[in-house]
Amino acid sequence: MKIKSLAAAIALSGATFIAMPSMAADDTIKVGVLHSLSGTMAISETTLKDTVLMMVEEQNKKGGLLGKKLEAVVVDPASNWPLFAEKARELITEKDVDVIFGCWTSVSRKSVLPVIEELNGLMFYPVQYEGEESSKNVFYTGAAPNQQAIPAVNYLKDELGVERWVLAGTDYVYPRTTNKILEAYLKDMGVAEEDIMINYTPFGHSDWQSIVADIAKFGSEGKKTAVVSTINGDANVPFYKELGNQGISSEDIPVVAFSVGEEELSGLDTAPLVGHLAAWNYFQSVETKENEEFITQWKAFTKNPDRVTNDPMEATYIGFNMWANAVKKAGTTDVDAVEQAMIGQETPNLTGGVAVMNKNHHLSKPVLIGEIQDDGQFETVWKTEGVVPGDAWSDFLPGSKDLIADWTDPVKCGNYNTETKTCSGQNY
Amino acid sequence: MKYLISFCLLMFASWMPVHAASTETLLEQLTTTKLSKLPDIVEQLAAQEDESLLPVFRAWLAGDLHYVKDSNAIVVEIDVQGNDAYVDPFTQVQLEGISSKDVKKIKVNNKLRGLLRGVIARLQLTSNNADVREGAVRELLADVDEDTFAALENLYPKESNNDVKEMMQTALSIYTAMDKSSSQTSRVAAIEFLGGSLENDVRNALLKLSRDSNEAVAAAADKALVNINRQVERYALVDQLFFGLSLGSVLLLASIGLAITFGVMGVINMAHGEMIMLGAYTTYVVQLVMPNYIDYSIWVAIPAAFLVSGLMGVLIERLVICRLHGRPLETLLATFGISLILQQLVRTIFSPLNRQVSTPSWMSGSWEINPVLSLTLNRLYILAFALLVFLALVFILKKSSLGLNVRAVSQNRSMAKAMGVKTEWVDAMTFGLGSGIAGIAGVALSQLTNVGPNLGQAYIIDSFMVVVFGGVGNLLGTLVAAFTLGIANKFLEPTTGAVLAAILVLVFIILFIQKRPKGLFPQKGRAAE
Repeated sequence: MKIKSLAAAIALSGATFIAMPSMAADDTIKVGVLHSLSGTMAISETTLKDTVLMMVEEQNKKGGLLGKKLEAVVVDPASNWPLFAEKARELITEKDVDVIFGCWTSVSRKSVLPVIEELNGLMFYPVQYEGEESSKNVFYTGAAPNQQAIPAVNYLKDELGVERWVLAGTDYVYPRTTNKILEAYLKDMGVAEEDIMINYTPFGHSDWQSIVADIAKFGSEGKKTAVVSTINGDANVPFYKELGNQGISSEDIPVVAFSVGEEELSGLDTAPLVGHLAAWNYFQSVETKENEEFITQWKAFTKNPDRVTNDPMEATYIGFNMWANAVKKAGTTDVDAVEQAMIGQETPNLTGGVAVMNKNHHLSKPVLIGEIQDDGQFETVWKTEGVVPGDAWSDFLPGSKDLIADWTDPVKCGNYNTETKTCSGQNY
Repeated sequence: MKYLISFCLLMFASWMPVHAASTETLLEQLTTTKLSKLPDIVEQLAAQEDESLLPVFRAWLAGDLHYVKDSNAIVVEIDVQGNDAYVDPFTQVQLEGISSKDVKKIKVNNKLRGLLRGVIARLQLTSNNADVREGAVRELLADVDEDTFAALENLYPKESNNDVKEMMQTALSIYTAMDKSSSQTSRVAAIEFLGGSLENDVRNALLKLSRDSNEAVAAAADKALVNINRQVERYALVDQLFFGLSLGSVLLLASIGLAITFGVMGVINMAHGEMIMLGAYTTYVVQLVMPNYIDYSIWVAIPAAFLVSGLMGVLIERLVICRLHGRPLETLLATFGISLILQQLVRTIFSPLNRQVSTPSWMSGSWEINPVLSLTLNRLYILAFALLVFLALVFILKKSSLGLNVRAVSQNRSMAKAMGVKTEWVDAMTFGLGSGIAGIAGVALSQLTNVGPNLGQAYIIDSFMVVVFGGVGNLLGTLVAAFTLGIANKFLEPTTGAVLAAILVLVFIILFIQKRPKGLFPQKGRAAE
């Protein structure tokens, strides 16, 4: 009898133990956050974690979704690429999340992709990247190369009359692919081989003397020269410092960067950078009602009046709002239903206008070019007239010219060849 | 609505004859005009040739030009003890009761900056300061038009300073050489004069001229270009050598502390990079404490960094390393652990973001020897500083009683102990000295690179490489190795690229160590045992 009741007690406690999480899952909609909170990428990714938490809090104030409260589940992949895959698996199978917001570097996204496709999860990726990818389970709310790099080159060519190009980047997948696209694009426009200089440096490169001297020499041939920089992270500071020290001003050789935003500028002396350019889909300095509200909200949420906002934050904002709308439209958090409901979603940009989610899981967004000011903000000097639809497969690379991604019927493919009318199934 | 008004104003302005627009109305328009239309206004303002506008142009160029929202009055932002204040550009009188909320910035972009520089240069041609006049003429070299030519021709006979005169003649020659209506002989003569100038704008002009339809002119331009290019290449070599020396000095600074702890004491100290990082953070804290004296902060930071890193070194030695004496593998692991602890400590205290360390004004900019050769000042100072630290260290080891004890202990510990040397005290002091020097290196590096938690990791590998390559336990070896690696790297980089250059240097060192395991200058005699 005694033993029996003990066994019953155990069984009962076991049952409640098992029942607990599933009950919690019924009560709330779980939002997974997969951003590094430690290691080298913590600098950039912590901000995005806070952004998602702020959006969740905001949505809960509005009454949640489908009558349920949202609950953020935060994990720390610690800037460790294989760990991203493990944490993604943990989020989907153990924590039972309905959606994941996460990743920054391309290598971390590539590490998560097989997991998220295998388990049929749903992820929003908020950072500008090199393209050449479209997964059914991922929505790309950052810029594809044709939404950042190509317009920047057009601006330099048309507005500043640039004829000679330095493509400088850190040695990894994003700069290499972007530069390959840009090189092909420039050659298409009739730029000669000898007017393009390509240079790669290791991560965290700190001694820029001879490279900057090379750039100066390359730029002293009587043709207007510009640097298109995909230099990543820390290495930017000594690079701009060296430019300043060697007396190269933004009027002589302007540098347009794709990885330097407000957050990066907040940690450094901007004097040598004034006048250099950056291409993004968002600047904090843009004056719209939505942006003002967002900035006030962000400063209140972080309790820091000096905190800045940046482009990947806007991408997270757009992604989150679209997902919330798609869940409402689908009436469920089921991945397949939400995925179909996402396509065609519209939500206001922070820079004015409306962002649209396209069939290839990329956004249509405006492109802005800004000049760095001495207060660490950008002054918008140029903006595309309408929105630019994100192109998953670049038109300027021989391998991907004929490829498109279309996740609606009848194609339903991330890698569809319009020439041979076949779907390769290789989405990334 | 605002745009509509500015549009109307603009239409109005374009209908008016240019000379009718007075300075006042033009300045008024600055407050309403769109960025893309501002260049027109700059040109109209420049056409006034009014020297009293110079402060307006200068402030605009620097991004300090604002207007008061209520009155549309143009004001210049100045800094009064860290606060923004506003002055009238014409009278320089400070305006009371205006705060940063009441004003709006007049925008400036690269196109405007270029225009403004030209306008300022033209107004400065008659300045009293010869350097300013020379700078103004140099600024105008890029685009010598008819008006400039006439103005310069007018000023040339009156000019007393020879440097300015030569610069003016260069500008005049560019115009003459480019002017197709002047005679062939005068054009060729002008080109021959230009052949002696290293100015970049001259080279650009000659490049254009070498494609001239007049064959004699094209040939003269080619000849002048060959001459200039030869000189430029010679200076480029000097430049590259300087880059190499500069990288070498950074390597020397980073590794010289390790040369003591690893070289002399034989401790594999993986936390050496973090000692450098602590020094860099000390510089940051010192600047935080004395924000108004950035120019002098370095002189406080150097001893402070030495003390902070040195004390941390003594602490590590007393608490960890001395207990692991003679167990190199455990020491390696323990110090690696300490390096991670220190990194996380800094992340917790200062946040993972990089900290901003300002460069003192006397260290920024460059020393221009001629238009193609200029040495950056901060690198020049760091090179001198590295050599100074090296000499001081050699002096301490060779001439002081601490140095004598250090050498005695490192050569034969038990014998030194028998002779009454307090070996434990010597160990702690040596480790403290090595760590302190690393801290000083951090002060220098804070001027070149990011101050962040990962600063030390970037230099630890290089430091070990230099010490091993130079020969463990030999300070002179460290010096030679640092400069050899620095120069080799910089001469490889232009041809192979930065990534491959680093790899090639590593491969070279591996091969070298295979051949000579004890480095460039191996220890000889009893010390080698």
